[in-house]
Amino acid sequence: MHSAGAISASLGRLLAIARKEVRQLARDRLTLAMMVGIPALQLLLFGYAIDLDVRRMHTALLDRSRSTLSRELVGQLEATQAFEFTHEVFSEREADRLMERGDVKCVVVIPPDLDRYLYRGRGAEISLWIDASNPTVASAATQAARGLERTLEGREVPGSGGSRMALGRRLARPLATLDPTPDLVRRQPLRISLLPLYNPERRTAVFIVPGLIGTILTMTMMLMTAVAVVRERERGTLEFLIATPVRRSELMVGKLAPYVAVGHLQIALVLLLGVGLFGMPIHGSLVHLLAASALFIAAMLALGLVISARAQTQFQAMQMSFFVFLPSILLSGFMFPFEAMPPAAQWIGEILPLTQYLRIVRGVLLRGASLESFGSELVALAGFFAGVLLLAAVSFRKRLG
Amino acid sequence: MTASVEPVICARSLSRSFGARRAVDSLDLAIAPGEIFGLLGPNGSGKSTLMRMLLGLLAPTAGTARVLGYEIPAEAERLRPRVGYMTQHFSLYTELSVEENLQFSAAIFGLGRAERARRIEEALHATGLDAYRSARAAELSGGWQQRLALTAASLHEPKLLVLDEPTAGVDPQSRRMFWERLFELAAQGTTILVSTHYMDEAVRCHRLCILREGRRVALGTPTALTHDLHGRVVEVEVSNPESALMALRDHPLIASVAQFGKVLHVLLAEGQTGTEATLRELARVLEALGFEQPAVVPCPANLEDVFVALLLGQQSRPTSTLVVDA
Repeated sequence: MHSAGAISASLGRLLAIARKEVRQLARDRLTLAMMVGIPALQLLLFGYAIDLDVRRMHTALLDRSRSTLSRELVGQLEATQAFEFTHEVFSEREADRLMERGDVKCVVVIPPDLDRYLYRGRGAEISLWIDASNPTVASAATQAARGLERTLEGREVPGSGGSRMALGRRLARPLATLDPTPDLVRRQPLRISLLPLYNPERRTAVFIVPGLIGTILTMTMMLMTAVAVVRERERGTLEFLIATPVRRSELMVGKLAPYVAVGHLQIALVLLLGVGLFGMPIHGSLVHLLAASALFIAAMLALGLVISARAQTQFQAMQMSFFVFLPSILLSGFMFPFEAMPPAAQWIGEILPLTQYLRIVRGVLLRGASLESFGSELVALAGFFAGVLLLAAVSFRKRLG
Repeated sequence: MTASVEPVICARSLSRSFGARRAVDSLDLAIAPGEIFGLLGPNGSGKSTLMRMLLGLLAPTAGTARVLGYEIPAEAERLRPRVGYMTQHFSLYTELSVEENLQFSAAIFGLGRAERARRIEEALHATGLDAYRSARAAELSGGWQQRLALTAASLHEPKLLVLDEPTAGVDPQSRRMFWERLFELAAQGTTILVSTHYMDEAVRCHRLCILREGRRVALGTPTALTHDLHGRVVEVEVSNPESALMALRDHPLIASVAQFGKVLHVLLAEGQTGTEATLRELARVLEALGFEQPAVVPCPANLEDVFVALLLGQQSRPTSTLVVDA
């Protein structure tokens, strides 16, 4: 009996604690929002937005043959669903620029003498440039190309016919009548020579490191500044400060300037480690990188200020910044291919400064692009910065009543 | 010149509402140079709101205020270099050392390098903080932290110091030392506006303003305020004070009773004057209730009695009563 009493007393205490905990939780709206919101957000992002299969990669077409055969080839490439021909170019330089900017991930070059290849009995040969700075893209393009080659091999074409079969047969036909060795063509009517650019060894680290600069800056610039401002409020030092002759602008610039320096140190550190440990190449100009970074840092600082105007405690600031950080990681193209996301996810992604910044950093560092190529990204970053800064100014005025 | 007698703080029907709540309600105030002026009132009576308005941190919803001759809040920026403000909680940087905190504060107020060094040395010696100069502020006890905050707020030799409950949670000895420093500053000509919960501190002020629900309910020197209750306070000694307290609580003769050890501290109802007849009547009441040999003696009123009397009579009392000029 005694032990039964002791157990029920213990249960009573336990329940008292649990009840109190539930009450506290129910009254902490931000934590509650996080506990419900984050799983929902993750489910939506992973379920709908993130597709590990790379499809419809933006591709440029340099068609020097301009024949029925080349058009049919393009149709076959598109039918693989890996490529989407978004640009048509007329010179290799033009194609180069598109690749550098990151507008296209692949370029298909069809030689002027496509038909002649066939008559020489070598089958058709085209070349495919791949932006190998992103290893996922590189392997997806390679797989699609090899797959198409195999499909068009006469023997492997399924008996049901269809357009693929027809093309394979047509590629082989002229040879059948003219060439003494039609077997070769029948065996391999189409050859795609692959030209992986920028990161021919397809090392993942090379691709990840520039992206890391962006995500690290997102985290520190936004969260650190938000926390730094909220800490002053939490401890009452902010009230002490605003009663002194310090101007609001002096206070803000003075507070944020050290973090801008920290941001640049972080960039330097990641670059050093990236080059030193992973052999990441720096193809572009560091000055251009720093210029873009300054704009990105400014945008994140402004976002930090908005958070700091809303958050009452450092913990709240952390929770709020998580709601920006999570989509940034998942929807910016840092972890998962941007092109593979559905339009709605891409729209959200376009709003996130990290998406814009990643395009620039990867372009400059990995593909040696110059800043002039990223006009629209810079405009988007500047627009985000201006908008958020305005929001921060409004929030702060309200708070100080 | 009239400037020398112009009040340091002059507020006229100063009001501030937060939504429907009136935190400060039509307040008039005039504080003379060199005064230590106390604000006394329960939590939420508008002490902090009043201070923040006078500092220009909060815009009044009605009324006007001039502080050190500057129109508030319009000219708050020009006022800032001339005031020192200590917020309710320790508001310096706990990660920084004592000396670094002072350096920061002095630089914020725009003191030149040489001037900064000289005043910091002086202040460190004057306050005894010298011994802790390289200790982190976090390592100091509450009392020393408050002394540091006061030093930081007065390094630029402000004409006016605004101290919001500076000694809350600080031990009596530290509070005493803190007040010694305040008197030194006042003697040098600094005007001090200080809010407090502690009656023993309120007594030390030159003049006091008692606030309740944003309204001024009493104003005057501590002596004048307590003098007003002359005769209304008696002490009762009986064998079992606990039950006597219960019995006397609702008696029409009595406004409030509080127990101090074995003694009951009694505030007589308004209109009672504590004559011999009243004391005898009180003794009779006790005897009739069955308490044997009650001793009823007159006793000087203290500020707590003033406070209690004001809180009790609040509903029926107009706000301007009990204003006693120094």
